[in-house]
Amino acid sequence: MTASSGVVDSTSEAIRPGLTGSGGSGRPSRLLRRRPASTSLRVGAATMWLSFIVLLPLAAILWQSAGGGWDAFWSAVTSPAAVASFRVTLTISVGVALINGVFGLLVAWVLTRDEFPGKRLVDAVIDLPFALPTIVASLVMLALYGPSSPVGVHLQHTKWGVGIALLFVTLPFVVRSVQPVLLELDREVEEAAASLGANNYTILTRVILPALLPSLLSGAGLAFSRAIGEFGSVVLIGGAVPGETEVSSQWIRTLIENDDPVGAAAISIVLLAISFAILFVLRAIGARAAKREALAK
Amino acid sequence: MTLSPVARHLARWIALGYIVILVIVPVGLILWRTLAPGVGEFVGSISTPAAISALQLSLLVVAIVVPLNVLFGVPTALVLARNRFRGKSILQAVIDLPFAVSPVVVGVALILLWGSGGLFGFVENDLGARIIFGFPGIVLASIFVTVPFVIREVEPVLHELGTDQEEAAATLGAQWWQTFWRITLPSIRWGLTYGIVLTIARTLGEFGAVIMVASNLPGQSQTLTLLVADRYNRGAEYGAYAISTLLMTVAVLVLVAQVILDARRARAAT
Repeated sequence: MTASSGVVDSTSEAIRPGLTGSGGSGRPSRLLRRRPASTSLRVGAATMWLSFIVLLPLAAILWQSAGGGWDAFWSAVTSPAAVASFRVTLTISVGVALINGVFGLLVAWVLTRDEFPGKRLVDAVIDLPFALPTIVASLVMLALYGPSSPVGVHLQHTKWGVGIALLFVTLPFVVRSVQPVLLELDREVEEAAASLGANNYTILTRVILPALLPSLLSGAGLAFSRAIGEFGSVVLIGGAVPGETEVSSQWIRTLIENDDPVGAAAISIVLLAISFAILFVLRAIGARAAKREALAK
Repeated sequence: MTLSPVARHLARWIALGYIVILVIVPVGLILWRTLAPGVGEFVGSISTPAAISALQLSLLVVAIVVPLNVLFGVPTALVLARNRFRGKSILQAVIDLPFAVSPVVVGVALILLWGSGGLFGFVENDLGARIIFGFPGIVLASIFVTVPFVIREVEPVLHELGTDQEEAAATLGAQWWQTFWRITLPSIRWGLTYGIVLTIARTLGEFGAVIMVASNLPGQSQTLTLLVADRYNRGAEYGAYAISTLLMTVAVLVLVAQVILDARRARAAT
């Protein structure tokens, strides 16, 4: 959730509490502003640290790929194995995002609008897939859907196995982004619609779903973005069967093991580009929804 | 919108059924398979020499990653919450980057930067310090994936806190470190605690980024998660289940911490 919310609104508020809050004299804020040197020092330290840890390694991928030239990039990205891995990754991820979109919405609905014993426990369990290490998630799915399954469902080394592992790790995204919006939703609008003679179907499609759409898209988008890069949870259950279960992250690992850094860098760039494109779109949707909300107030 | 009782029950049971099939039964099955042969078997499996050294290695990584994240995370959160400066939105976006990057891509990035052919390859080639396929690589990968946690948990607390108390302390003649130690730090302690809890959990649980940069040699660069995969691939399923249960306990503790801290936050808000 953090990934989608950060940048849009953070600059506007609480930056000038000395001016906006607690009224009155400008003196205290001048006191705090006395140390611009410490601000630039902190900004500098933060920038250096993040560059060292995050930006330089990512830049090294671009550098590596640029060093190999456009032809090397293109042939790595369009090689049959790479294309097959993209196809597997994208089809499974789209399916996972759709299924968790539907079920996540339903779960969020039940958790906000329904009352039953043990609801708080169920609410806490939703976060379990986020808290579990991915390799444990892989093993957990294998226990029920693997060769030693007690119910005889054997999905190891099939695309269904990869799909169900991804459903598990991306479950919280939609639930956790829809739930707060559903909680805040004005019930009076629904009651007004009902009193004007709208049936449940009309209320759902005309009142509730439009209000939930930005958060639903955001949750599904984050789930998709997570699914295309996922590695740990699919590695044991998928088994990297080319064209069937070998997702792009596994193909990248194979390329690194075969000492082909240019190819690995190229596939990495494609994955990064897809993730960034999704986050960019989600941020735009979020900004639009926030603006509309501000207008409505 | 009020649903008819039938529709309400249908929605409830479909939603619960989905969670049961997807989460509760598989997790319960692992627990059962781990503990069915008896607690002695479980303890034996997580105290083999390989398991002990993997645990020690994982804890050592945590002991390095957490202080570094606090040391750089808290000032960064402070500067993001309190100051306006050029490039702030870029800094914000960079902090969220690790959430959007696939763990395997993290590994590739570190290999290409720190490996013998990379920009920082001189560290390995000339200074003889092995980064990739060694312990430092695991630390670098762990820091990469945990960078956002402390910052993102502390920053909103600082926003809500405002600067009134700190200004009062400053007018009363407190030094900046006195203000920080007496006012700021006590106010952000729960946000900071949760950030640290998330950092520990993610560091212990990271797999994809770590396996890319670790040689997976027992005792040298095999963390707990790598040991799980290693045991499963060698056919030692029970051993893999046992370590998984250990890691799952950590995950459950994180959830408990989350529930407690949420309750605290809710109480503080009222």
